[in-house]
Amino acid sequence: MTVHEPLESGLARDGKTPPHRMPIRDPKRAAHWLSYALGAVVLLLVFRFVALNPHWDWPTIGAWLFSKRVMSGLLNTVVITLVSTAAGLALGLLIAAFRLSNFAVLRAMAAAYVWVVRATPGLVLILFVYFLAALVPTLSLGLPFADPFVEVPTNEVISQFSAAVIGLSAYLGAYSAEIFRGGVLSVHQGQFEACHTLGLSTWRTYTKVVGPQIIRVITPSLANEVVTMFKNTSLVSVIGYVELLTTVQLVYSQNFKTIPMLTVAVIWYLVLTSLAMLGQSRLEKRFGRGFNRRVVTNTASAGPASQGGAA
Amino acid sequence: MTEEQPLLRLHEVEKHFGDFAALKGVSLTLAAGTVTCLVGPSGSGKSTLLRTVNLLETIDGGAVYLRGEMLGFTSRGDHRRPVTKKTKRRQAVNFGMVFQSFNLIPQLTAAQNVALGPVEVLRADRAEARRQAHELLTRVGLADRVDHYPAELSGGQQQRVAIARALAMKPSVLLFDEPTSALDAELVAEVLAVIKELAEEGYTMLIVTHELAFARDIADEVVMMEDGRIIESGPPGQILLNPATERARRFFASVSH
Repeated sequence: MTVHEPLESGLARDGKTPPHRMPIRDPKRAAHWLSYALGAVVLLLVFRFVALNPHWDWPTIGAWLFSKRVMSGLLNTVVITLVSTAAGLALGLLIAAFRLSNFAVLRAMAAAYVWVVRATPGLVLILFVYFLAALVPTLSLGLPFADPFVEVPTNEVISQFSAAVIGLSAYLGAYSAEIFRGGVLSVHQGQFEACHTLGLSTWRTYTKVVGPQIIRVITPSLANEVVTMFKNTSLVSVIGYVELLTTVQLVYSQNFKTIPMLTVAVIWYLVLTSLAMLGQSRLEKRFGRGFNRRVVTNTASAGPASQGGAA
Repeated sequence: MTEEQPLLRLHEVEKHFGDFAALKGVSLTLAAGTVTCLVGPSGSGKSTLLRTVNLLETIDGGAVYLRGEMLGFTSRGDHRRPVTKKTKRRQAVNFGMVFQSFNLIPQLTAAQNVALGPVEVLRADRAEARRQAHELLTRVGLADRVDHYPAELSGGQQQRVAIARALAMKPSVLLFDEPTSALDAELVAEVLAVIKELAEEGYTMLIVTHELAFARDIADEVVMMEDGRIIESGPPGQILLNPATERARRFFASVSH
């Protein structure tokens, strides 16, 4: 056996600190310093690229950023995003419910919908809705081959706005349905069984127990879809609806300041995306309860000694 | 059958999963206030039997009666049909079930888990339900853990919360599906102690377990299953110490060491 005398006394014989008393530090290796240098270089390059390059034309960007035209385009983008997202998520919920239904006909209908919409480019979808009148001149409500209850010309229903909303929400409906379905599949079967034994109805099972668990799991993917939606709104320029991107395109087709005007749009997309990401992190925090680590405050008086308490 | 009517009666219960017959006509009666332990090798149908009782599994033949009421089906002339979802829920809450994997709701605290059923299903007053939850958690030795989330509790503590949750619905029969199989050895005792206490209080219980010493300790009747059938049943002393069938003898010899 070796002699541990220096360790026990806490002092080595020659007066140096013994190894077990030495503080533990992470070394800064060359790679660390290199990474800092890389960061500094990238920052400098970005600064030179963005700030010092006169072709960005920051004065023009500043002049247009809060201009009335850009603001109205921005407003249109926000409105169309909010309406289409709300309608799309509602549609997605419905389709997901159909796909998980006990009835084979509903399952098949939902599967067919998802299949067709996922195969169709968003642009085509919007054009289809906008030119629906060419396919069906009048829209009617009623049973097949019977006299309809209500009948209206398609062109009265389909405006640029409604075509955009219908097209975009149909698109989101198919994608979010798959996300919702994945969320339901991710819930442990035991959670449903626990709800069954407590006598919870299907509605309460979903709203009180598994719903919050599903939201927690699907928030990242849904946020992705919503952010995509902000940018997908630019697709509606094909039917002449003037949202943010169309607005700046119209402007630079006149003043030829293409890059500055596109930058204006990018800045606003950055702002909108940041807001969406903020909402996402809030949702993740709210529905992370019981999953995320937290500081446990023990009302420790009783302690584990009182466990069981049985004879 | 008026006074002698058993609390729970299973009559030639059959259950198939595709081609596989999980239960091949199982009959069993439980008198009020008795403890019945189901034992047997894995795959013998113990858990399936337990799950048919509270309608987690739909049976394919036979019937389950609680106080003479057939569960899960109503008679219609010459045939039976499944009851409505609402009736099914009403019948299911007669049974408190404790699962092998606890199945607590992760985003709810211990007290919220226990109060969930009373508030959402029994329409109890929230404050009253919370008070009752505290009382039940105290009873299972978790007075200082009421505001903890399941992830912050040990397995044994989680299972005791699950027991408190089952009790909160004031069930007629308690069903335990291998309540200690997912627990570390040193946590098994605390859960078994709680179950034993409930047995002494007169709860009617049906317990699937591999803890034979525990079964001998608390059961009024031990039922041995094999291959979807009951092969032997009787008081624990007789079944566990002096089994009549060769198969039971081999099984008990294999698990007692």
